[in-house]
Amino acid sequence: MRPILMKGHERPLTFLKYNRDGDLLFSCAKDHNPTVWFADNGERLGTYRGHNGAVWCCDVSKDSGRLITGSADQTAMLWNVQTGQQLFTFNFDSPARSVDFAVGDKLAVITTDPFMELPSAIHVKRIAKDPSEQTGESVLLIKGPQGRINRAIWGPLNRTIISAGEDAIIRVWDSETGKLLKESDKESGHKKTVTSLAKSADGSHFLTGSLDKSARLWDTRTLTLIKTYVTERPVNAVAMSPLLDHVVLGGGQDASAVTTTDHRAGKFEAKFYDKILQEEIGGVKGHFGPINALAFNPDGKSFSSGGEDGYVRLHHFDPDYFNIKI
Amino acid sequence: MAHQGEPAKLRWGELEEDDGEDLDFLLPPRQVIGPDENGIKKVIEYKFDDDGNKVKITTTTRTRKLANARLSKRAVERRSWPKFGDAVHEDVGSRLTMVSTEEILLERPKPLGSKTEEPKTAGDPLAQFQKGAVLMVCRTCGKKGDHWTSRCPYKDLAPPSEGFVDKPAASDGAAAAAGATKGAYVPPGMRAGAERTTGSDMRRRNDENSVRVTNLSEDTREPDLLELFRPFGPVSRVYVAIDQKTGMSRGFGFVNFVSREDAQRAINKLNGYGYDNLILRVEWATPRAN
Repeated sequence: MRPILMKGHERPLTFLKYNRDGDLLFSCAKDHNPTVWFADNGERLGTYRGHNGAVWCCDVSKDSGRLITGSADQTAMLWNVQTGQQLFTFNFDSPARSVDFAVGDKLAVITTDPFMELPSAIHVKRIAKDPSEQTGESVLLIKGPQGRINRAIWGPLNRTIISAGEDAIIRVWDSETGKLLKESDKESGHKKTVTSLAKSADGSHFLTGSLDKSARLWDTRTLTLIKTYVTERPVNAVAMSPLLDHVVLGGGQDASAVTTTDHRAGKFEAKFYDKILQEEIGGVKGHFGPINALAFNPDGKSFSSGGEDGYVRLHHFDPDYFNIKI
Repeated sequence: MAHQGEPAKLRWGELEEDDGEDLDFLLPPRQVIGPDENGIKKVIEYKFDDDGNKVKITTTTRTRKLANARLSKRAVERRSWPKFGDAVHEDVGSRLTMVSTEEILLERPKPLGSKTEEPKTAGDPLAQFQKGAVLMVCRTCGKKGDHWTSRCPYKDLAPPSEGFVDKPAASDGAAAAAGATKGAYVPPGMRAGAERTTGSDMRRRNDENSVRVTNLSEDTREPDLLELFRPFGPVSRVYVAIDQKTGMSRGFGFVNFVSREDAQRAINKLNGYGYDNLILRVEWATPRAN
């Protein structure tokens, strides 16, 4: 395959997200402008101007009308996807790390980093249909986990919130009361910071990637460990194919060590694993730095990766990808 | 307008003057017929060829609908959204989106099947190969699927392979000098009668009783080699070649023994020995050509 290279960001990529129809690709980077691209040919549609810090995460509503972004400038912003217009700004006292719309797009979960003696927190905000009625009030505020929370997502039927972060423990919270329901145990869980978390297409299981050089597959309801994928590099990003039983892990050596070693030693490929057999299928090379973000097109026929090198690489699979046998 | 009446009588001078599109108004208009229900469209055009003759061109095309191109209505709508933000004032030359010039393949980690075979081979190597015994070829007698090279019953009968032959450095050099043809250049140090104490001494120090081990697995490190070779006698040096860029083993190494007999025994025993699923090749380290 010949990937499409998109060089719209001047700083390392942090997050990638497709909309539900799979025709738009949203990219976040440490420069301050989240960008939207056409997912078929990689043409830039627009940028969302207004943040004043690195943008860590974004999510798009199901109807592709609203975009929410979380940034290190201690805000999360709501945007009109079509025009790039700012609709609302949620102000926090610490950087916003992760954002996720609930099913139905009426709620959003936003996590904030520990900062200036403030602990990390998970905020649940109500998203109004009419942006003029939007308020910044939190419906729920969860505190407790030590260290940064790198990712928080909604569980099935919005009943739970799943969070993971620096303390390597995956937690399931009740999204109404804020009570801690489940915790991954130390034995089977990750040993180092969990960097990324991705739900399967049906939400029945999710994948976490960690700096302990492994990715783990968990059952969403029971939080039991299903599979472990072991690799030889820290995992910064994970994605699951909605079409085939494949998972993709991206990562590479620490960004600070990249210039001191040969690029072959960095292991910057996106690695494909068989979801069930846990065996490596192959690697896709190309980035000149660690991969920070991965996303699968909802049709499963293309995926994109964003790297520390500032490039988004959009890969449309060759036909023979769809009948790979182990 | 005067031209239109007599287009055939154009003078070449005029042609030269206004070549190109200016003449197009002389031609009958472009006709488009279709597309009909089969998607067939006919386009009739007229143009002047190089000699100034009028040519009629009929292009027939058939448009076929692709069955799988399924796009949601809203996705199609989004296609025509105007650009916004920084994308509005994009330079034509900025080329933010490029197609990679390099063909990227999904690289398979290992050849098919090799991974699944590993545990089986480790468990019972002979039983595994009894069925598809082609893989086991004795390099001494050439028999297939009967025994490993190191267990060859005809080992003593067969002429020793070049790996087993001990070539003393001094006699080798002399032979080379003697065998050299008349005209060929022989360096002073190699000429008959020359003192070559320093050269051979230096080489002796580095290469004495040095055994080269090749076809090592990538995971093999120096301590592993030491463990493998120490039973044969005292070892003075172990070295595994490491690729400086990747930090991976390059698949060969050297072991220096204190005594030559130990080295020979190690070669006899370990050449063809299965180690980490690879068959080791152990031989005397031949000095470099230069």
